[in-house]
Amino acid sequence: MSMNRRAASRLSSVAAVLAIGTLGLTACGSDPVTAGAEPGAAGGSGSAGGSASASDLTCAEGKLTAEGSSAQANAISEVISQYNAECGDKASIEYNPTGSGAGIKSFYNGLVDFAGSDSALKSEEKDGVVETEKAEQRCEGNPAWNLPMVVGPIAFAYNVDGVDKLVLNAEVLSQIFNGEIKTWNDPKIAKLNSGVTLPSENITVFFRSDESGTTENVTKFLAAAGEGAWTDEPGKSWTGTGEGKNKSSGVAEGVTNTKNSISYMEWSYASDNSLKIAQLDNGAGPVELTGQAVAKAVSEAEIKGSGNDLTLEVKYAGTAEGAYPALLVTYEIVCSKGLEADKTAIVKDFLSFFASADTQAGLEELGYAPLPDELRSKVETAVKAIQ
Amino acid sequence: MSVTRTGNTEALDPEQSPLEQHGDVSTPMPKLQVRSRPTVATGTSEPRTGVRLAKIRRTGDRVFFGMSTGSGVLIVLLVVFVGVFLLALALPSLLANQANFLTSREWTVSGSELRFGIAGLLWTTVLSSVVAMAIAVPIAIGVALFITQYAPRRVAGPLAFTVDLLAAVPSIIFGLWGIAVLGPLLVPTSDWLSSRLGFIPIFAPGIRSPGTVFVVSVVLAIMILPIVTAISRDVFTQTPRDHVEAALSLGATRWEMIRTAVLPYGRSGVISASMLGLGRALGETVAVMIILSKPADNSGFAPSLFAGGETFASKIANNAAEFDTPSKTGAFIASGLVLFIVTFAVNAVARIISDRGHARS
Repeated sequence: MSMNRRAASRLSSVAAVLAIGTLGLTACGSDPVTAGAEPGAAGGSGSAGGSASASDLTCAEGKLTAEGSSAQANAISEVISQYNAECGDKASIEYNPTGSGAGIKSFYNGLVDFAGSDSALKSEEKDGVVETEKAEQRCEGNPAWNLPMVVGPIAFAYNVDGVDKLVLNAEVLSQIFNGEIKTWNDPKIAKLNSGVTLPSENITVFFRSDESGTTENVTKFLAAAGEGAWTDEPGKSWTGTGEGKNKSSGVAEGVTNTKNSISYMEWSYASDNSLKIAQLDNGAGPVELTGQAVAKAVSEAEIKGSGNDLTLEVKYAGTAEGAYPALLVTYEIVCSKGLEADKTAIVKDFLSFFASADTQAGLEELGYAPLPDELRSKVETAVKAIQ
Repeated sequence: MSVTRTGNTEALDPEQSPLEQHGDVSTPMPKLQVRSRPTVATGTSEPRTGVRLAKIRRTGDRVFFGMSTGSGVLIVLLVVFVGVFLLALALPSLLANQANFLTSREWTVSGSELRFGIAGLLWTTVLSSVVAMAIAVPIAIGVALFITQYAPRRVAGPLAFTVDLLAAVPSIIFGLWGIAVLGPLLVPTSDWLSSRLGFIPIFAPGIRSPGTVFVVSVVLAIMILPIVTAISRDVFTQTPRDHVEAALSLGATRWEMIRTAVLPYGRSGVISASMLGLGRALGETVAVMIILSKPADNSGFAPSLFAGGETFASKIANNAAEFDTPSKTGAFIASGLVLFIVTFAVNAVARIISDRGHARS
């Protein structure tokens, strides 16, 4: 009797251990961003949607799923709800911010209709997979296009008492981030900030402890514009100094609660937490982080893709006056052809709404920068060319 | 004596909710008489005795036997299945690992060359959990003694309820509270400790944000408090009345009675309760991930309580979104396996201690 009981409880303790293990693995799932109703439950105002911004929306019916970069999650969920408001919830569009890599994988495996990613599809082999080829297979032999849609500025947010305006450049930032500059009153910082009293406190650097497109783009910027001060290979994992925090919310929280700290984060996190944001001097004078300044930097980017594939190569070093080059561009990765006809109709309709001037201008409130006009019209052309 | 022993076993069974009452310890025997019917002619010519054996319908027995055996087998299969799955995922990465898995602190899993080791993870995991236990267990014993021995009934009930309520708070809430409220409050304590005891490596000054192992330990202590309290309380309640009364009648004060009757009786129970709490602390994920600062890759090993770190569970959860290659996933799964084994070992130790406790009492 008691032997049985003991054996049973031993089993159950095994089960308990197991449960803890599996919980650990799944505890970080993210909820899909859903906006919109069932296709059948269209509101009565459907046909009445005809405001100036939605001049030529077709408001196709159906269901669309997308997945990918969390950097554009806020932007796309806002645009989805705007689109649904315009179209009276005719289409159901769902975006699941699982991360760029996961989004691309789901896209070429045919699980979702388009992907959001903070890097374009790679044409060289990585881990036995060539993303462009896989995507082409998924699109029934047609190439997939990378369409830049959301521009996320990266803010260098700091928390130093008494310093309300701080100017930094890529070289000094590199040295702060790799630990060469240790105190706030270092002459290299002081040189860029004449007239500002900097404390002699140690600098606490926060970084993203998870792998992140933000880290990748910051390190790209530092490596390209830092005049050789940043020697590590740019990548999704941080190689500099500091304390790692989980996700953008974690680093923002760290800077908020820790005096004399600095970190990089998406703009919205810095502004939502009322953190002070450093100005960037990229050789042509200090530039404050604004949507316009970022758009100006994006307009200097070179288009690497051919035809309607609008893969960008951002120009980080030696940008023009008034341009803020610390940014990341997120793409919508779509089939140029080969998606089911009804889905293609929604994709085209939704993306043309996304790329419209009004929608893009509205993104600035959420901490994103609008696409510069020239690029925006190229994106619109590309969306129209989807078959 | 045997009755009390069974009672003790009851209290230690982890699968049984500590909130349940332990009134009935013996499972009722099947009552044949209830099912007996008027004598059935069996054809045999046995001499009639006073006892009539009823014909027992076997269907219910068979169904129940099948169901319970099935459940048992299912659990075992599940464990085996998950274990095999984890091993299968982890093995290729472990074989390709260029660093020493047990002693290295490196973690390079994205490139072509895999280099990863679990030394840092193991240290942080064990340190935070052990410190949490050191904080939680004395408090839990105090609370349990207060509820069972000192508090008037009117107070004891609500207090026990409040402690149990702590167990219902989701760990993410503990994490957010820990980093936003508790962490900053603990900074002066950390500073004081590291300035006085900083010469001991474990108290060496570390990082300046509240994301320290120390804060994690305090939060973990709060999280395991209800488990340890509830089980200790149940064990203390079951102290044989005879022992208590004997102690009191010999002139013991209440404290002496607790020391001579309640605590010795409950010792093995409290130990296994602490081990269960330790197991919980080892595997805690979200709260740890939110609070703890990850040290930079190029920084040296900091064994201090006031440094940052990563535990097995927090590292896996933190990176789960970017498991894009099998080799990378394998490396993380391999670290998960170590956590699995450590937790397993802790539970096994708890069981051995509680079994030995029974043998002695």
